[in-house]
Amino acid sequence: MKKRQLLITYLVTIILIYGLWYVLSLLLGSNLLPDPFVVLRQGVLELDKAPFWSHVGLSLYRILAGLFFGFILAVPIGLFLGSNERFDRLFAPLIYLGYPIPKIVLMPIIFVLFGLGDMGKIVLITMIIFFQLLITTRDSARKISKEVIYSLQSLGGNRWHFYRHVVWPISLPGIFTSLRIGTGTAVAVLFFVESIATRKGLGFYIIDAWGRADYSTMFVGIIALSCIGIILYEVFDLLERKLCKWKNI
Amino acid sequence: MSNSLLCVESLSKYFPGLNKPKKVLEDVSFTLSSWDSLAIMGPSGCGKTTLLLIIAGLLQSSRGSITIDGEPINGPTRKIGLVLQEYGLFPWKTVEANILLGARFQKLKIPEKRLSEFKSVLGIEGLDHLYPHQLSGGQRQRVALARALILRPALLLLDEPFAAIDAITRERLQDRLLAVFGHRQFSFIIVTHNIEEAIFLGKRILILNNKACGLCTILENPGVGDLHYRTKPGFFELSTRLRNLLEGLD
Repeated sequence: MKKRQLLITYLVTIILIYGLWYVLSLLLGSNLLPDPFVVLRQGVLELDKAPFWSHVGLSLYRILAGLFFGFILAVPIGLFLGSNERFDRLFAPLIYLGYPIPKIVLMPIIFVLFGLGDMGKIVLITMIIFFQLLITTRDSARKISKEVIYSLQSLGGNRWHFYRHVVWPISLPGIFTSLRIGTGTAVAVLFFVESIATRKGLGFYIIDAWGRADYSTMFVGIIALSCIGIILYEVFDLLERKLCKWKNI
Repeated sequence: MSNSLLCVESLSKYFPGLNKPKKVLEDVSFTLSSWDSLAIMGPSGCGKTTLLLIIAGLLQSSRGSITIDGEPINGPTRKIGLVLQEYGLFPWKTVEANILLGARFQKLKIPEKRLSEFKSVLGIEGLDHLYPHQLSGGQRQRVALARALILRPALLLLDEPFAAIDAITRERLQDRLLAVFGHRQFSFIIVTHNIEEAIFLGKRILILNNKACGLCTILENPGVGDLHYRTKPGFFELSTRLRNLLEGLD
């Protein structure tokens, strides 16, 4: 999608959501659902406050760290397993057993092991992202045809060339899809882990405002958290367009 | 035998089967000189591609020996180029990156003059920045040929290279292959199901028999190299002979 078209789509969607929100706030009453223009005004006020940015910064750091560690752990393993049938068969039961376990239920154990600070939260996000990325990367790497492998070998390519020029590029679109899906999951998990035993982060900011029945501030937090998700989603989309040009022509 | 480029002796290949190993090739022997061409034909499943992959050093033979310039083939070598039926181009690389891939792997510097010459002979100028899916089947095949030939192999292996291409484009590509063959000192082996293609391109035609899992016949084809060969009586005679031989194998 062209930049201009994308911008228009976003603008139209935002206006539609705001319009729907406004109608609902009139129907339900502003105590339950605040007027979007009140939230907008509150948002502008919050943007001027340093504590708001400190919540945003910390949430962003936790998400990015979780995505980063999930990526550097899952992608190499996924690429290796996807291109090595024997090892893939060996580790498949472990992955199939590990993937369906809802990692969020391990939160108490993770917090005991890694503490209630940033480390515990990042580890939990990493764990959830890890399996999503691992499976998508492995499945993408499995798509390599015999023809491509024979071509590479006959041209004098070695193991390193195989990973650099075949496995990595063939897996990249799948990795980006997984990162985009993972971003949504990471934001949801972040909200959950930041609502417990912490006084920093957008999760806390939302829960705290909710506790004080300050709904307009609560909605500012929700919008800020959503913006983080949308920006990361678009960044991954942009990176995919740059790095996988062959897919988009 | 001493001046042979390629020497295949008593080559056999078995694949693991459920109860007993499955024979694919049995006792295949032939030689190929420098600047020579050989077409391999035979029914489906007779081991044509397997034979090609063994020669390319991509599969191990179960028995027998195979040498190029007197040296045993134990793996892929720079002396042998390979073009596959589905072209084997990398979809994520541009035409130019695909052509120069082997040179990059082998850390070779390809002179710009040689690159332009190949593009010109094969008719793929101006396609450098396109991706394989933006090309026609014929263009893709010519890019695959350029990629293999730019490394100057002594022997080029072609596995049904024009199978997925329409009849007219196929004939044009055959003409181009002969034109390159006329300019460059290399030999080639082509695996094909197409009788006319085998006769037009192969100085000799080797017919593999899947019943006997081995070498059946080698036909000499002296008329090859003439761009008007397709319209000559010798072409039709050999075509009929070859057809009868192949029908006998089915």
